[in-house]
Amino acid sequence: MGRLLLLGPGLLYLTVLFLLPIAAIVGISFLESNRFGQLRWEVTFASFERALDPLYLRVLATSVVIAGITTLLAVLIGYPTAWAIARLPPRWRLVVLILVVLPFWTNFLVRTYAWIVLLNTEGPISGVLQGVGLIESPLQLLYTPGAVIAGLLYAYLPLMILPLYVAIDRLDPELREAARDLGASRARVFLTVTLPMTLPGALVGAIFVFVPSLGNFVIPELLGGGKTVMIGNLIRDQFLKTRNWPLASVLALSILGILLVLLILQSRLSRRYAPVSHD
Amino acid sequence: MRHHRAAGGRTIAIGLTAALAVTTAGSVALAQDPATSPDPALAGQSLVISNWAAYMPEDLPARFEAETGVPVTITNHATNEEVVAKLLAGNSGIDVAFMSGQFAQALTEGGFLAAIDHAQVPNIANLYPEANELAYDPGNTHSVPYAWGTTGLCYRTDLVDAPPTSWYDLLTPAEGVSGKTTALFTQRWLMLPAQKALGFSANTTDPAEMEQVRDLLLAMKPTLLAFDDTTFYSRLVSGEAALVEAWDGWCNYAIAEGADVGWVVPSEGSDLWVDTMTILESSPNKEAAHAFIDYILRPDVHSWVVENISYKVPNAPAMAAVDPAVLAAFPNLAMTPAELLQQESLVDLGEDGAALYQDIADQIAAQ
Repeated sequence: MGRLLLLGPGLLYLTVLFLLPIAAIVGISFLESNRFGQLRWEVTFASFERALDPLYLRVLATSVVIAGITTLLAVLIGYPTAWAIARLPPRWRLVVLILVVLPFWTNFLVRTYAWIVLLNTEGPISGVLQGVGLIESPLQLLYTPGAVIAGLLYAYLPLMILPLYVAIDRLDPELREAARDLGASRARVFLTVTLPMTLPGALVGAIFVFVPSLGNFVIPELLGGGKTVMIGNLIRDQFLKTRNWPLASVLALSILGILLVLLILQSRLSRRYAPVSHD
Repeated sequence: MRHHRAAGGRTIAIGLTAALAVTTAGSVALAQDPATSPDPALAGQSLVISNWAAYMPEDLPARFEAETGVPVTITNHATNEEVVAKLLAGNSGIDVAFMSGQFAQALTEGGFLAAIDHAQVPNIANLYPEANELAYDPGNTHSVPYAWGTTGLCYRTDLVDAPPTSWYDLLTPAEGVSGKTTALFTQRWLMLPAQKALGFSANTTDPAEMEQVRDLLLAMKPTLLAFDDTTFYSRLVSGEAALVEAWDGWCNYAIAEGADVGWVVPSEGSDLWVDTMTILESSPNKEAAHAFIDYILRPDVHSWVVENISYKVPNAPAMAAVDPAVLAAFPNLAMTPAELLQQESLVDLGEDGAALYQDIADQIAAQ
């Protein structure tokens, strides 16, 4: 009884604000709507058929590629960063970790707008490159897929660094020393000891970066200039502009499906490489 | 057109600038007759009005209530789609809704809008005769026009080699301008430049024609700086953009900031958009709603739109009441109703047409 009381608020929250909306989305995805957005109460698979149109599949593929590149870059930047932080003297670690999450204290839109200022053709990056003579004409950085990736990477990199830091920090240094003592090269120690044991942290970070990147619609809109469209933009437009909730629901479920597959993969891989139960 | 109102702060700033420049405080002030007493037919009625933000004077509800005794609550919407969604969600409580003509047409066909009783709106006589023959609602049976205008090209005179004259100046931009253009992304105006350039109707629902429209727009997409519905005028001011597709009132925002900005309706023609006032069939306050629309149509009230947000209004004495300095400052305000009517009035596309446009828009977005 006491346990139920403790769980109560969380369960209520999850049921009302998480499970019910998802149930609604699943339900709506089998309906059809008229042009005023009013639902017709007949079960149909029409929206699923429409979502299989190459048009939507292409947007989904683009989104997966953009989110994938973002995640890969986040690992490449986040791993050495987390490593360096774990190597700092303890009192400095806290300072640097706070610096890593500091951007979250500023409004997300403000930070994204800052990228518009930085990247636009009249902006400082293009200006400096022109000033030192590296480029002749203003550089079009903004409103490209690259700008979208830069914005996503900036927004979600801390979510990669933190779990990686935890994984690296937990690593028992004696394991690496033992490997070295037994004659392994530094590279070999990294590849056969350190990397597998920190992989679960990297996987958690990858999920944290990939999932919000995949569904994001604000950054593609602001930094992609409407020219790079991700699945999140389509879902938003179908919900709010076209008012085709059934199609929007199907598209939203496609992201949910990708997320489920990733979570299963992550848990399989983590179990295989879990530091304790190595089999 | 107005998603407008995402730029509310800017709009107000421009409004202030315009008001200062004109120094005609008197023309906006209410010409209220102290002898008028509240109409007994309105007793006990109240109004909820949904409008784009900053699209009418902020003190209007208070002034209307002082005169009629009818309390007014304002809610805002950002887009036509949003207000339609609000109205159809049921029990919206909204009595009067502002929306573009083609949306009023669709809602009228769906039976959601009340007929306008012209006898209760005597000031409807102030409308230009042309404003009585708009294709989405001839005779204004279910809507009353509030503001109207067209769509064209807004450009920096110092950044283009020659002033644009054709939609092709946007669709296939000259070398120096390529990469420095923006186009609107709200569906009807996304299609408009290609539709007009190809000689099609802005209301075409012919799939073969729309495929040509799509191909032309897909060819344009790589030359664009961005699709932009809300900030293109500030891009002109900063010089980031040299040529943009713009609703006429919005070009004025760039002009008001002092940039060297020109405005042209391309030679192939353009659209005539109208934002209207409608009364909901579900409203229990129809007399008060009619009285409100009648109040708006007073010349001294309606001219606020021209002087503060630089849109044209279809109200002859209201346009006449506008300070000539305002009319001279903004080129689009000089268009006469007859010239406006030469542009093509946007009408509702119907269920299949709307689906076709959505599909084409998705294809353009995804490519």
